[in-house]
Amino acid sequence: MKQTCIFDIISPIMIGPSSSHTAGAVRLGLLAKNIYGEIPKKVTFKLYNSYAQTGKGHGTEKGLLAGVLGLAVDDRRIKNIFDDEVSKNIKYKFEYYEDFKKHPNSVDFVFENGRTMDIYGESVGAGEVCVRTIDGFSVKLTGKYNTLMIVYEDIPGMISQVTALIQAKNINIASLHCDRYAKGEEASMCICIDGDLDNDVIDAVKKMDKVYFVSYIKKLEE
Amino acid sequence: METKGINTFEQLLETCNARGKRVWQIAQAYESEWCEVPVNKVRKCAMESLKAMKEAIQTGLNSTELSMSGMCGNDCSKLQKRFAERPALFGKTFEKILTYALATSEENIRMGKIVACPTAGSCGIVPSVIIAVAEAFDISEERQVNALITAGEIGRIISAKVSLAGAVAGCQAECGAAAAMAAGAATQLLGGPPKQVLNAVALALKNILGLTCDPVCGLVEVPCVKRNPFMAVIAVTACELALSGVESKIPVDEVVDAMDQTGQLMSPALKESSLGGLARTKTALELQKRLFS
Repeated sequence: MKQTCIFDIISPIMIGPSSSHTAGAVRLGLLAKNIYGEIPKKVTFKLYNSYAQTGKGHGTEKGLLAGVLGLAVDDRRIKNIFDDEVSKNIKYKFEYYEDFKKHPNSVDFVFENGRTMDIYGESVGAGEVCVRTIDGFSVKLTGKYNTLMIVYEDIPGMISQVTALIQAKNINIASLHCDRYAKGEEASMCICIDGDLDNDVIDAVKKMDKVYFVSYIKKLEE
Repeated sequence: METKGINTFEQLLETCNARGKRVWQIAQAYESEWCEVPVNKVRKCAMESLKAMKEAIQTGLNSTELSMSGMCGNDCSKLQKRFAERPALFGKTFEKILTYALATSEENIRMGKIVACPTAGSCGIVPSVIIAVAEAFDISEERQVNALITAGEIGRIISAKVSLAGAVAGCQAECGAAAAMAAGAATQLLGGPPKQVLNAVALALKNILGLTCDPVCGLVEVPCVKRNPFMAVIAVTACELALSGVESKIPVDEVVDAMDQTGQLMSPALKESSLGGLARTKTALELQKRLFS
């Protein structure tokens, strides 16, 4: 049985009205920003299904933008984010879609700041979120753990090399999720850990042969 | 203290009795152990939530701003106005319970700051009961924290069997669970032993079984906002009965099982999809047309 704690029940302290459509939207925005590594200059939000249909009444658009700008779920600026100083330097637009292959409460972030990145995430209930794809790679990021994400060539030994670097620091791996385009082609690995990684581990992974991209994604605050 | 593995109310009661502790004492020890934080950090976290709840009540009591849809937001002021002219039939504490619950849930839909408890749509129930009862009996903030931790533990154990989401189990799992949490919290606040706390939970839950989630226009407004004060009253009714020694004939864990089964038997049309019930009434459909066209 999956253990929960009291503060999964009494939480978050948040801007209303909906944990999935408002707080969840902020958290998706925050997680997407953490994955991208910086606040983008330009972002397109593609809202799907219930997010598209009832988002306006729930402040979903405001939440998504606030998250991308790094605001916390209980920041009172969310309510008037479109007019707030904090959103003056970002270009954004919202698009609305119906796609029943996608989760009822889901969104694509298309970030641009020189480089483009497409991040798809879902608001799965009670403010909990899950990022499912990054640039087409299947991932599973919930923002609950510090996560090392790696894109690499699908050859034998890559997973054990990376996990050995983490083990050497006596850090426990909470979950590990891998995916690949096809055998021998680009693959992705998401390693959720208990605790925090030092920069030297991340640098060592970056220096590994056949590693194309490394991102250390900090967990979201509760 | 080894507290892992408490996932039913029976286990909770056994642990309380075996150690001569209250629910909140077991719960904060569990939380401390499970989240690897000291007990005083757990209590500090609960105190922060309590403060945010009080702030939401005060802000909500002083606002008449409508929600983005315009459907809700100015009803709490009507209650306050009437109570100022003519007191509530059932006394000052009853006035406070109703206005605090409504103030909080209205604050939620106008994008104010609230504490989801367990969800945003049900955020007014637990705070209104704990804070109104505490004010009536001049109960310290430390003891209010005890009550809030009790509420959290009740919600946690319910959620071990029933997902606290309207889309999964209907409003039973949101406002209903909140009523059970508030009932147990109030019983703790007024000195009820663990057995009475759990009876309050069972009595409250039995009276919310089958509660549908059929929000008009898919928004957390109608009937959610006004449901908060109604559920707070269910909570205090359960508390009064439990404190008098009234027992639920069906043990609380079995009531939770019934809640789970009821949730599964409920049509998806009545679980947050807005495809049935109030959401498909003539007026709801007209509102929907007006709001979304």
